Amino acid sequence: MNNLDTSSLFQLTLIRFRLFLREPEAIFWVFAFPILLAMGLGIAFRNRPADVLQVGATTPQLTESLAADQGLAAITLDETAGTHALATGRILLLAIAQPQGVAYKYDDTNPDARSARLLADRAIQRAAGRQDAVRATNQFVHETGARYIDFVVPGLLGMNLMGSAMWGLGFSIVEARQKKLLKRMVASPMPRWQYLMSFLLARLVLLVLEVMVFLGFAGLVFGVPFRGSLLELAFLCVLTSLSFSTLGLLTASRAKTTEAVSGLMNLVMLPMWILSGIFFSATRFPAVIQPLVRALPLTAAIDALRGNMLQGLNLGQMSAQVGILMAWLVVSFAVSLRIFRWR
Amino acid sequence: MKYTTRQDVNAVRAEGPALSLRGLRKAYADVVAVDGLDLEVVRGECFGLLGPNGAGKTTTIEICEGLTEADAGEVSLLGLDWQSGAGELRQRIGIQLQETQFPDKLTVAETLRLFRSFYQHGIAIEESIRIAQLEEKRGSRIGGLSGGQKQRLAMACALVGDPELLFLDEPTTGLDPQARRHLWDLVDELKRAGRTIILTTHYMDEAERLCDRVAIMDRGRIIAQGTPKELIASTGGDHIVEFAVAGAESGGVDAALLTALSGVQSHRVDAGLHQLAVSELHTSVPRIFAALEEQGLQLSEFRTHSATLEDVFVGLTGRTLRDE
Repeated sequence: MNNLDTSSLFQLTLIRFRLFLREPEAIFWVFAFPILLAMGLGIAFRNRPADVLQVGATTPQLTESLAADQGLAAITLDETAGTHALATGRILLLAIAQPQGVAYKYDDTNPDARSARLLADRAIQRAAGRQDAVRATNQFVHETGARYIDFVVPGLLGMNLMGSAMWGLGFSIVEARQKKLLKRMVASPMPRWQYLMSFLLARLVLLVLEVMVFLGFAGLVFGVPFRGSLLELAFLCVLTSLSFSTLGLLTASRAKTTEAVSGLMNLVMLPMWILSGIFFSATRFPAVIQPLVRALPLTAAIDALRGNMLQGLNLGQMSAQVGILMAWLVVSFAVSLRIFRWR
Repeated sequence: MKYTTRQDVNAVRAEGPALSLRGLRKAYADVVAVDGLDLEVVRGECFGLLGPNGAGKTTTIEICEGLTEADAGEVSLLGLDWQSGAGELRQRIGIQLQETQFPDKLTVAETLRLFRSFYQHGIAIEESIRIAQLEEKRGSRIGGLSGGQKQRLAMACALVGDPELLFLDEPTTGLDPQARRHLWDLVDELKRAGRTIILTTHYMDEAERLCDRVAIMDRGRIIAQGTPKELIASTGGDHIVEFAVAGAESGGVDAALLTALSGVQSHRVDAGLHQLAVSELHTSVPRIFAALEEQGLQLSEFRTHSATLEDVFVGLTGRTLRDE
């Protein structure tokens, strides 16, 4: 027997890997899912030539005027068919010819429809002979790092770090408790800290794979920028993963069944899925709840990841976010050690 | 941490009991599980805690194992206690719990290697596999093992640390008869190796077969203690005669007349079935027949069996073990 065979910490960690690798579903959620999601979002939000907006008009004459604008595609419809097409989203706006001019039918809460209204009116006025008072030209900006995919990749990374850490720890621990395996381990001379430490060690090793696969994909396929220090990015990933690992530990510290812990886990994660700015900026929420939103670990993690990757900020400039993550780590760990149910 | 090797253990064996419990008490919210228990287990013996489900066996054994804290009383194992000697005790005892489920996706050898790594001293993994007769399954995943094989794996996990004192909590519950006998053979082998074994069971035949001494527990107390032979002898007879009379009204049987017969030690009725403890069948049975005939009673059933621990329990509590 060599030293590793007799090291209980090594054996415990090894067991964690074995159990993970022998669970194909877990591998899918940790590795394949974030890539598929990034791919889907990348395709859906890819930067295309500015959209051509679909509009309709009630007379061929109006249709011709509208079609003269490059930003519009127009069809001729009678008013009934046009209203139906509006309702089903086939067109954004219907131009209705009236004795004294034209009426626009559209949804003013839809930004695309509002754009269509501006373009359509301009096209019709020009066809009627209006001249521009000021001469204008355009300069287009298509900058890497300002696209939606650049925004969403750090968000997905944060979400994935949260999910894999919480589920990886919480579920396995409660399963062991439910199957009385935890009690059996505690009945042996196993040092308890090693049991918990083995989860964190296994998590850190898997983290390297997980982050490299995901960010490698995002970098190669979408050209997502890495403007900050890669070392600091690695530090942020480790800190985020450890914070959520201890939060997972806390969530799992009392639950007796896997059903109970699944519910708790979703309860803990749900506010963060919504509020922490994975898919859109967290600043969109009202000012009243901003302090709460800012205090969530996932908000801090995603803000820091975006700061590093997109803005090239260093850790010193993100000390608030780093501090919040550290605080979650320390408090969750301290509380879970106190209340952990070992049997 | 100091660890005594097996030779040292033999040398200090005379020093005291393997386990000693004094005034042990444990109450849960709504029930007193252990109610003032005194017990001593000698080194090298196989001791059985016997009783129906809910008698307090598991609570008692888990207090001994340091998994549950007693409300009152003293616990001493191998001369140590859990307050000051927990680290050393964990190294020196082996434990098999009632309902451990090892991870399905690990193999037998991986699981044993894990448990072996917790102990500073112990036996080789291959040795534990051999003792538990799992050679053919060493590379198999636990999910594919039979109930008996899983139980033998649990036993092997308890043995990898080469324990001086082994706790087995209901080791054969839920196993088929063949797997039970297989496990008994394994316990026999451990007894021959001189280990102290403390086991709980609600199978009387298991206790009679395996244990040097047993304590019968009921409602948190020990109601009888001794070798299986002594306990059976305490029922007053080596044999039990059971009969029922036609017409079924037990009132027709004069119990006083029967117990007055020479050789009949006791009488009780359970669901219309009369039970007499007798010392010698060949002299008592004709007397019983004669007495029943004298009372003008017609037998509808008549049988005898050798007295067992089950009869001891029934004699002491008036209930059968399966009542609970």
